Amino acid sequence: MRKQNRINMALSYLILTIASIVILYPLLWVVGTSLNPGKSITSDMIPSNPTLSHYFDLFDPSKTDYSLWYMNTLKIAIITMVVSVALITLTGYIFSRYRFVGRKNSLILFLVLQMVPQFVAIIAIYVLLNMLDLFDTHLALILLYAGGAIPMNTYLAKGYFDTIPKELDEAARMDGAGHLRIFWQIILPLAKPMVAVIALFNFMAPFNDFILASLVLRSPEKQTLAVGLYNMVSEQFDNNFTLFAAGAVLSAVPIVLLFFMFQRYFVSGLTAGGTKG
Amino acid sequence: MAAINNMHDPKPEKQTNHRTRAALLSILPGLGQFYNKQFLKGATFFVVVVSYFLVNYDLFFKGAGAGPGDRGGIWGLITLGEVPGVRGDHSIFLMVEGIIALILLFFGIAIYVWNFIDAYRVGKLRDMQLDVPSLKMQLRNFKDNGFPYAMLVPAMVLAVFTVILPLIFTFLIAFTNYKFNNSPPAKLVEWIGIQNFLNIFQVDIFRDTFFAVLVWTLVWTIASTTGVIAIGIGLAVILNQKGLRGKRIFRSILILSWAVPAFITILIFRSMFNESFGVFNTTLLPALGLDQGFEWMTDPTYTRLALIGIQWWLGFPYIMTMTTGILQSIPEDLYEAATIDGATAGEKFRLITLPMILFATAPILITQYTFNFNNFNIIYLFNNGGPAVPAQSAGGTDILISWIYKLSLGSNPQYAFAAAITLVLSFFIMTLAVVQFRRSKSFKDEDMI
Repeated sequence: MRKQNRINMALSYLILTIASIVILYPLLWVVGTSLNPGKSITSDMIPSNPTLSHYFDLFDPSKTDYSLWYMNTLKIAIITMVVSVALITLTGYIFSRYRFVGRKNSLILFLVLQMVPQFVAIIAIYVLLNMLDLFDTHLALILLYAGGAIPMNTYLAKGYFDTIPKELDEAARMDGAGHLRIFWQIILPLAKPMVAVIALFNFMAPFNDFILASLVLRSPEKQTLAVGLYNMVSEQFDNNFTLFAAGAVLSAVPIVLLFFMFQRYFVSGLTAGGTKG
Repeated sequence: MAAINNMHDPKPEKQTNHRTRAALLSILPGLGQFYNKQFLKGATFFVVVVSYFLVNYDLFFKGAGAGPGDRGGIWGLITLGEVPGVRGDHSIFLMVEGIIALILLFFGIAIYVWNFIDAYRVGKLRDMQLDVPSLKMQLRNFKDNGFPYAMLVPAMVLAVFTVILPLIFTFLIAFTNYKFNNSPPAKLVEWIGIQNFLNIFQVDIFRDTFFAVLVWTLVWTIASTTGVIAIGIGLAVILNQKGLRGKRIFRSILILSWAVPAFITILIFRSMFNESFGVFNTTLLPALGLDQGFEWMTDPTYTRLALIGIQWWLGFPYIMTMTTGILQSIPEDLYEAATIDGATAGEKFRLITLPMILFATAPILITQYTFNFNNFNIIYLFNNGGPAVPAQSAGGTDILISWIYKLSLGSNPQYAFAAAITLVLSFFIMTLAVVQFRRSKSFKDEDMI
């Protein structure tokens, strides 16, 4: 039995080590490439004479619009996050706590809508933006992200609010608290893990979205990181690869840090809101 | 005795018939309320309904009477315009306006119907000789009952304009002949019924492409998602073994592939799989003795294998995190009891751990399948859906969603046909949604109105 156990453990460490190498290799490779002098792709993981010059080049407007893309993406991400969190927590709360005509149908509608990705309606979005004169604006992108997040995230939020006992609301109501005050001062502080998850997801969405951004934004100076970096790789592959690598590293680092900061909320926020969905 | 009872009970109902009269009078909005002596409410109904229809009258009914280019409303939605040209009718704008007109008309009718119901209800109270609520009570009721609606308005308006309206529009487009070569303002778009759906099966190039893409979409969805789930659960179980050291470090490393934005990793892999410069062909495979390398970007089979592998890499930490949470909640005595009964480690996993995990995460697992069914980013960013395939309008790794993208925005866009494919795709997803809906326990248990 003990021997069997030892083999088991050895095997476990082996699998975990292999998995870790598979995960780390591409990431370290990009970091290595970004430090490589020269412009083209190489296989040297550890450059012999590392340089940070590509990182400085990123912020040289004569070489690339990277800093612009970065600012655009940050701006869009922060506004999207604030708008989505405000709308979604409130909507989720209403669906969790109030009973009103049309509630069930709205929930079913959300359930179906969250399955169909928003951008299957690209042509429609295209025409609508044209009619509203919102083409090539960040506002359009923010509205699309925030609106598209509503169906799925409302479910997540509602599921989490459902786990908070209703007696709390009633006690507060007895004490004379109004509808919004109960939400703001009693319920929302208890739902921090869920708020953190929704905030992070909506902050990350603009960093990850390629299709809507490439559809809505046309002017080069308005582009986001995803579109900008994609063009860097697809248009001028071999002569700019190290620059792309540096750009990729710089874009990923803040997201990874945020991710690890909020990681402890994930399990509670997702399982409570998600598995019961 | 009977007389005394009558003092307390509501009087027999047929003596008065205020409810019918009030409801009938409500044909003129607010008049029923006036009849019920609720003057303020009546006036409010009158002003709201009449001004709503006055303000929107043009939007609803600005039909053939107006000049070309200036008309719209429901007429525009039905005809899609009659005069082509820059100064004529723009079919697509007419369609969008028509949908908005229909939505607004629906809300107007809803308020109007509410006006009837309200007059009828108050009339009924009067028939039964019950107290009609005072103005103050009414206002308070209105505030309490209206609160959820008022709070939902911003989210709903945004969702209608960014999600629902575009979907209705796409639905309608699928029944027209709208395409790049037949688009306003130069030409009018017409309703053509289900011709686009028939074209999927009747036009050779569309049929061949559709079935090739559909088969690959299903293979891709099942292979990538099932792999992700298996790897995620497997690593979670290994990681959560008692006595394993370095859990935190291993978990932090493994979760990295979730933390790094996916589009960045996909672009990194795109470079690594590059046939002439990528590390796979220049370094990794030669180290294994395969000097030739593979045609990752030009042979569909290899591109597909690469895509599935990348999705495994990207997707498993989510399942792993989820599973970890569930593993920690499985009661220890279950395993102890199993040990006493002489169960082996394998049996414990198969009979306790796995069923618990699958039961708790079933809804999430299903959303994982729909996620990959629609996983545009990886297909498009890795190799633009390519390599190209002769005699097809889609690339060798295009899934339905990326094919729709190409049909909509590529060269010579086929908007209406793309919309028809979108409906087919939505049909697949809705089927899955129904499955999930039925499994969703909280939905069944809930005390819903």
